[in-house]
Amino acid sequence: MILNHDSLALIWFALLGVLLIGYTILDGFDLGVGILHPIARSDEERRIMMNAIGPLWDGNEVWLVTFGGALFAAFPVAYATVFSAFYMPFMLLLTALIFRAVSLEFRSKVRSRIWRGLWDRGFFASSLLVAFLFGLVGGHTMLGLPVNQDLSVHMTAPDFIRPYPIAVGLLTVFLFAMHGAIFLFLKTEGDLQRRIERWVWRTFGVFLVAYILLTMYTLVEVPHVTRNFREHGWLWVVPLLNVLAIANIPRAMYLRRPFYAFVSSGATIAALAFLFAAAIYPHLVPGTIDPAWSVSIYNARSSETTLRIMLLIAIIGIPCVLTYTVLVYWIFRGKVRLDEHSY
Amino acid sequence: MDVETLSRLQFAGTVMFHYLFPPLTIGLGLIMVILEGLWLRTGDVSWKHAARFWTGIFALNFALGVATGIVMEFEFGTNWAAYSRFVGDVFGSALASEGIFAFFLESGFLAVLVFGWDRVGPRLHFLSSVLVFLGSCFSAVWIVVANSWQQTPAGYRIVETEVNGRTALRAEITDFWAMVFNPSSVDRLTHTLIGALILGAFFVSSVSAYYLLRRRHELFARRCMTIAVIVASIFSVLALVSGHDQARQVARTQPAKLAAFEGHFQTGPGDLYLFGWPDEKEERVRWGIAIPRMLSFLVHDDFSTPITGLDAFPPEDRPRVWIPFQAYHLMVAVGMALIAISLTSLVMLRGGRLFRCRPLLMLHVVTVLAVFAANHSGWVAAETGRQPWLVYPSEQGGVMMPGLRTSDGLSESVRAEQVLASIIMFGVVYALLFALWVFVLNSKIQHGPDERASRASPQRGFLQAAASIGSERHDLLETPTDGTR
Repeated sequence: MILNHDSLALIWFALLGVLLIGYTILDGFDLGVGILHPIARSDEERRIMMNAIGPLWDGNEVWLVTFGGALFAAFPVAYATVFSAFYMPFMLLLTALIFRAVSLEFRSKVRSRIWRGLWDRGFFASSLLVAFLFGLVGGHTMLGLPVNQDLSVHMTAPDFIRPYPIAVGLLTVFLFAMHGAIFLFLKTEGDLQRRIERWVWRTFGVFLVAYILLTMYTLVEVPHVTRNFREHGWLWVVPLLNVLAIANIPRAMYLRRPFYAFVSSGATIAALAFLFAAAIYPHLVPGTIDPAWSVSIYNARSSETTLRIMLLIAIIGIPCVLTYTVLVYWIFRGKVRLDEHSY
Repeated sequence: MDVETLSRLQFAGTVMFHYLFPPLTIGLGLIMVILEGLWLRTGDVSWKHAARFWTGIFALNFALGVATGIVMEFEFGTNWAAYSRFVGDVFGSALASEGIFAFFLESGFLAVLVFGWDRVGPRLHFLSSVLVFLGSCFSAVWIVVANSWQQTPAGYRIVETEVNGRTALRAEITDFWAMVFNPSSVDRLTHTLIGALILGAFFVSSVSAYYLLRRRHELFARRCMTIAVIVASIFSVLALVSGHDQARQVARTQPAKLAAFEGHFQTGPGDLYLFGWPDEKEERVRWGIAIPRMLSFLVHDDFSTPITGLDAFPPEDRPRVWIPFQAYHLMVAVGMALIAISLTSLVMLRGGRLFRCRPLLMLHVVTVLAVFAANHSGWVAAETGRQPWLVYPSEQGGVMMPGLRTSDGLSESVRAEQVLASIIMFGVVYALLFALWVFVLNSKIQHGPDERASRASPQRGFLQAAASIGSERHDLLETPTDGTR
């Protein structure tokens, strides 16, 4: 394949998609664990839930950091537009991410009911808020933003409160909660696991209803999302696989193969992230004032030299990253055991 | 206040808070590696206890470093959109490299380091601490490279790009390695890493000295103190050497910055101020004590060679002087004091006199605060001294490349009240975080390395504020799993 500027931009769009999928699958389950945190009944159960993600959440968040860095490097114009447009949501998001890290880190350091209760609530609320805000930002991006000719976007607080992005935010919360529930099912035993299993079914039910409703809502409210599907028929494979993956979650749970259920919910997240990318391509931020002012992979990209260098960096880096990730998940496989190093 | 001032305040505040943690993790990382290496070599389990203790402290700082670091990455885009478009091609690739090469390495193996004591063998565990330490150094490499490129840009060109029919300038990489090894990156990286290693050493010596003064965990404290003093001695001397090289490099590449550091208003032979009060209106330094012409000697090995003063630059290209001057002098003064403290301690290690010398131990307890101040003021000097530029103008292959002024780097869409609201929000959150950090750090220090030793000693507050909470807190503060062993 000839690596010209256009194909490099396309490759980087795809690589950003990979980073986004990696982030949403991995941080998705630990955010989901946070959203489900209130179902734990005793201090030990809460600690089991937190320690299920203890060694993993930090590495999962690095996917977000790297996604941000890669967007900055490959499509600086899009990075500038998106981050300045979503000023207040992102500031809230940062606060929530800080609270989440701190809740995990500090909760079990002090043996006081009030202290722990406070951080338990903080962990739940911040996980919920992070998941919701990601969905909200995603929903707004699918609708498009009022991009001005100078690439800036002026949005005030009321502009962010619109039904469609809120619906996407809620779907993200349900999706991550389900994903987290399946993950917890894998990591727990006994009574807690039985309760979590009920939550797998509940969150699956809620997610399924929300998924169907949002799909219909999207086709009505944001019809331009199917534009690429009309041009590239093969894309229909993805929603088809998505439906199969969703259907496989109850099947695998029923057949007592929770790992396949987890893989399926991961595949569902990957498919939804893919559909998001396919809906906006070749834009990174569709413009609503004048579609010609949209931020696309062509007007937002870095120079050809930089994209080429970055590709080389990615080719060297990604195998290393995958190695560490697999190694760490392998070392911490199996049920949660609380020991003296746990949170 | 306008958006520019507020955005600068926001960035300065959040980055300074963030910078409490990364140098501490780099510095503690080295100590951890040394201790664990000694455990592997000698098989003496008390080295392992020591390594474990510092790993716990390391992990706390690491988590806060990550949480506050994501803020920085977002702020480039949220508040400095025009800047992001200008530098993204260059700066973004360094930032992305940091993610790929450093953060994944650190966070992956940190999990093994902190949670893996009983899950992996000693060798893999040692390897993990080496990799975490290396990862934290790599992250310093990439971020300092990115910052240095803005101070002394190289390996790039400025091109005019057209988006939506409007043209804008931006920097594009022409030579990746020239960009990475720009004129200041090696000097600045060396100095930054040395500063971090000194901080780690003095942090360890502070806690160890505290234990020695209280006669608790004495074996642990002696051993850690010895290692810390050796590390501190080596690197505080090296800091002087690298600082000297760096000052000469600044004189070559950013003369306006050096002039601001030294309050050198008129071009001519330069005096070296020990302290003073620069008056920008009068263009002179008040109440200062200076060694005449010493600056010329330090920079040019000659007492009479003129040093470029601020008068060589048009007023709109001059940095403000007061903050860089004071920050720079604070850093240098602390640096000199650290050499004295660490070398005296090194001499007194012989025969263990240091461990009985209460005044020096007390000095060690508080010195770590000065080291934090030196690390911070060094960066304050570097970042205020490069104003009014975000990216310096430079000459590349005979062609002048325009720079980017701080005032031209802002986001078009962000309003002052939004920035103010975010500053208030970060202010509240960070104040809370800081209090918690001190509280938990103190509880870990009070708890000590090996809980089976010196149970009998009374628990007293490491910091007065914490001490007032009361002694029964000892039971509250133990990590809940203590009983399970």
